[in-house]
Amino acid sequence: MTATKGATPTIVLVGHGMVGQRFLEALAERGMTATHRVVVLCEEPRPAYDRVALTSYFSGKTPEELSMTDMEFIEKHSIELYVGDPALTVDREAKKVTAKSGQVFDYDTLVLATGSFPFVPPVPNKDAEGCFVYRTIEDLLAIEEYAKKATTGAVVGGGLLGLEAAGALKGLGLTSHIVEFAPRLMPVQVDEGGGAALLRTIEDMGLTVHTGVGTQEVVVDEAGAVTGMKLSDGSELATDMVVFSAGVRPRDQLARDCGLQVGERGGIAVDEQCRTVSDPHVFAIGECALAADGRVYGLVAPGYEQAETAAATIAADEAAFTGADLSTKLKLLGVDVASFGDAHGTTEDCLDVVYSDSRAGLYKKLVIGRDGTLLGGILVGDAEAYGTLRAFTGSVPPVSPESLVLPAGAGAPAQLGPSALPDDAIICSCHNVSKGTIRGAVTDHQCTTVPEVKKCTKAGTGCGSCVKVLGQLVTAELEASGVEVDKGLCGCFAQTREELYEIVLALRINTYQDLLDRYGRDGARGGDGCEICKPAVGSIIASLAPTIGASGYVLEGEQAALQDSNDHFLANLQKNGSYSVVPRIPGGEITPEKLIVIGEIARDFGLYTKITGGQRIDMFGARVEQLPVIWARLVDAGFESGHAYGKALRTVKSCVGQTWCRYGVQDSVRMAIDLELRYRGLRSPHKLKSAVSGCQRECAEAQSKDFGVIATANGWNLYVGGNGGATPRHADLLAQDLSDAELIRLIDRFLMFYIRTADRLERTSTWLERIPGGLDHVRDVVVEDSLGICEELESLMAAHVDHYRDEWAETINDPEKLARFVSFVNAPDTPDPVVGFVPERDQIKPDLPLLSIGRRPLEGSAQR
Amino acid sequence: MTLAPETTDLKVQLRLDSQEGDWFTVCDLSRLLPGRGVAALLPDGSQVALFRDRSGTLYAIDNRDPFSGAGVLSRGLTGSHQGRPFVASPLLKQRFDLASGQCLDDESVRVATYAVRAA
Ligand code: SRM
Ligand SMILES: Cc1cc2nc3c(=O)[nH]c(=O)nc-3n(C[C@H](O)[C@H](O)[C@H](O)COP(=O)(O)OP(=O)(O)OC[C@H]3O[C@@H](n4cnc5c(N)ncnc54)[C@H](O)[C@@H]3O)c2cc1C
Ligand code: SF4
Ligand code: FES
Repeated sequence: MTATKGATPTIVLVGHGMVGQRFLEALAERGMTATHRVVVLCEEPRPAYDRVALTSYFSGKTPEELSMTDMEFIEKHSIELYVGDPALTVDREAKKVTAKSGQVFDYDTLVLATGSFPFVPPVPNKDAEGCFVYRTIEDLLAIEEYAKKATTGAVVGGGLLGLEAAGALKGLGLTSHIVEFAPRLMPVQVDEGGGAALLRTIEDMGLTVHTGVGTQEVVVDEAGAVTGMKLSDGSELATDMVVFSAGVRPRDQLARDCGLQVGERGGIAVDEQCRTVSDPHVFAIGECALAADGRVYGLVAPGYEQAETAAATIAADEAAFTGADLSTKLKLLGVDVASFGDAHGTTEDCLDVVYSDSRAGLYKKLVIGRDGTLLGGILVGDAEAYGTLRAFTGSVPPVSPESLVLPAGAGAPAQLGPSALPDDAIICSCHNVSKGTIRGAVTDHQCTTVPEVKKCTKAGTGCGSCVKVLGQLVTAELEASGVEVDKGLCGCFAQTREELYEIVLALRINTYQDLLDRYGRDGARGGDGCEICKPAVGSIIASLAPTIGASGYVLEGEQAALQDSNDHFLANLQKNGSYSVVPRIPGGEITPEKLIVIGEIARDFGLYTKITGGQRIDMFGARVEQLPVIWARLVDAGFESGHAYGKALRTVKSCVGQTWCRYGVQDSVRMAIDLELRYRGLRSPHKLKSAVSGCQRECAEAQSKDFGVIATANGWNLYVGGNGGATPRHADLLAQDLSDAELIRLIDRFLMFYIRTADRLERTSTWLERIPGGLDHVRDVVVEDSLGICEELESLMAAHVDHYRDEWAETINDPEKLARFVSFVNAPDTPDPVVGFVPERDQIKPDLPLLSIGRRPLEGSAQR
Repeated sequence: MTLAPETTDLKVQLRLDSQEGDWFTVCDLSRLLPGRGVAALLPDGSQVALFRDRSGTLYAIDNRDPFSGAGVLSRGLTGSHQGRPFVASPLLKQRFDLASGQCLDDESVRVATYAVRAA
């Protein structure tokens, strides 16, 4: 098929990677898609995706989640996107591109965005079975598959990508090695001192690093599969697989073949407008281009700028790409490594300010010009200040440089807030968004939240390293523009839930009335509170009960009046006023005897039974006055409350694991039971769910849980912040290869930190996305103990565990509490006549006609 | 099963339209926990939800949640909104003014109220 040239001019884009996609967006923004036919040839089997976040595939992101291509956008702009169909040849004379499928496209403008290919050193057996590169989703799928039968992996290359790859191999349960030719890790970004600090931290994680040695040969067995590597120092390293990550080279073959000029070391030569120097009708952008400043940029931010430049030039706007910033922040393996500006101090006459503590894995260096201008720097181990420092690069910071690198505690470190930045400081370098633009989004475009500002300005939607500063700026701007951001919990309290928690804990306030009367808003003191703050404060008091000297029993004294209705009846209210009963079945493991007890009780009380989504059994249709009798029998048989009603731990699901399953590598059932028994009854801002899988196959779906555990050959990987429900979220990997004790200690800290800082009804998933610094911050706090609170978090949890008692057992032994479980206070034995049932499929269901009559005239009424 | 605790002197009483002037005795005052409600059955088979607030004031409204038809308002959480006491339905959380029966989240809905006293 030959597409003939119509009246509309045609732009053909070759390569649908990150930069290609950005180019399409830039065309659309300029209205070019309406006036031009746009054809895209995409070699990979899927449209553009987030290559920068590639490694997050291993922590649970699906290829779909990595996608950067909104099909609606493609359709809306009538872009012809040919997936899996690379361009094979370009005929510049005839201005035609031929694709692999045989399709031929005429072009008026051709844009090459073909990216790079991974460089594989020409060592013998480099293509053997078990050798991989790390560039595309397909590469990752192949690595993952092969890793299943491997135990050791080696990465050639200790740069940014090599470290990511090594971390990924480790996450797949392999013993991982990194082989780097240079004398230190990340030689491009960090100097010797930074490399040493980095090395220490990486080795502490259990990775083996070999620096200063080259790979001479890949060793293979008779079948041709990898068994090891020969190194330049004569040693041999046994390994089952090799991942080459030794740099990238521009993919300029297509350009070479059609006679376009390329650089000596590759890259399609372009001018400042990104137009190829050889042909005014052809542009090159992204990693395949050799920019006018003589560099090939291997980062996405300069590529985006080139995409904008090319689109603007084609649209006859003025734009130029003259060079770009090479700042990077490595966000993997739990180590912060950042370098920005003139990191290696190549500017004449510049001076270094260095703080280094190799014991703690800390290294910070700032490069300062003669006149005090901040020129660049390197941060290893703690890159908190990266966002602000990068934005200050090129100007004289308002405080002395030393104070910017000193750690907290060592002389007062200067807190350099983003408010000190000038308006033209670039906050987001991925998208080249200035502070002024962000402020404008708040003041002129009425954005009031970070997600809105992200959407409006694109800031923070690239590597994400600027999101923290972004959040600070948005709040500062809102406050400055007089928007009273009332962060109060409700009409009764001006404090957030987190602040109330701190007050309760610090002052050991153990009643709601005391808290309301002393800390409530003016009009609310002395009042009755409301349905928002009562359960929220009730939950805080319950979480901290043993520590603040409150009763751990939620129906004791005043606490009874604070509980949500379900907690007050220790059961879940159903639509007709009856209740459901859910006994705890830790880990989903249950004996036949106990199953029979449940069956007998359900039969005797005529309850509807159902296996829940949480690996346990729910009995529905109990009348309020039947609850104590049902529970007396359950408690007698050894059951406890399942807290299906509480904002508390629900279930810890398990897979059958090592004991029975041929793939299992740890005893997932035992761990699930241990965890469920440890955290049962723990009241929290929202419900907590967990699961433990016996291997990476993940039959327990741990990655959809608030805290999920997956067994590895060496222990347990802990994932946090997963969620099902309306806004599903895959959990993030918090730590790897933990022993039983390490796992439990980390979960103790994580949960207590969440309970301390989350908002009311905020699941861990939304909490993790909301709190400044996100996962990195949480990891700093609970793994590295950066706030020095871990001991306290652990002891709070220990107190909870020590004081746990089953609340149903307590209730059935307390006549005063039992008196509350009646249908009518004046006719305790008369069942509520509204609660009726009709048969369905051999069981019962609520009799609803009566209810819908009551509901009919109210249709469409506001339900909160 | 009857598990009523020991009696005290004060009783909670309601004035019912059907029994002019007479007060209908419901239960001991001690059965009402400040901030929580109880349900009572009336002679005509209807239900009432009784509440006591922090200051000791009593309130009585129809127990039937008009949004669901279920007899559950007594099991809701109470609070005060601009100085006025309310209960939030435990099912879908609509709030009702305890003194007037007016639904605070839907102007067109109101539940019946009863005069109530401790005597
Ligand atoms: C019974 C059960 C459905 C079933 O028949 O299987 C169920 C039933 C209810 N779920 Fe659920 N959920 C049940 C498993 C789940 C699961 C699956 C799981 O846990 O593996 C999920 C998705 C996982 C998750 O939470 O991330 C789930 C996500 C929700 C949500 C949405 C939460 C979210 O973060 O978006 C709600 C609403 C809420 O909590 O605000 C909810 C709320 C409810 C409530 C409490 C609604 C209510 O207030 O009346 C239901 C009451 C149950 C009752 O009366 O006993 N249920 N619910 C399951 C009980 C599990 C258990 O044994 O405890
Ligand atoms: C694991 C990993 C982590 C990274 N982390 C970072 C980071 O933290 N920060 C950062 O700035 N950068 C990072 N990068 C680099 C970043 O991904 C690249 O700079 C960016 O993807 C370049 O975009 P591009 O569009 O030029 O090339 P690509 O995204 O590679 O896209 C080029 C596309 O063109 C296709 N193509 C090639 N030839 C043809 C043809 N003839 N016909 C059709 N299609 C063709 C290719 O298949 C490819 O899909 C990372 C890269 C990797 C692999
Ligand atoms: S997760 Fe692994 S161990 Fe557990 S049942 Fe599935 S395959 Fe077996
Ligand atoms: S700097 Fe990368 S998203 Fe802003």
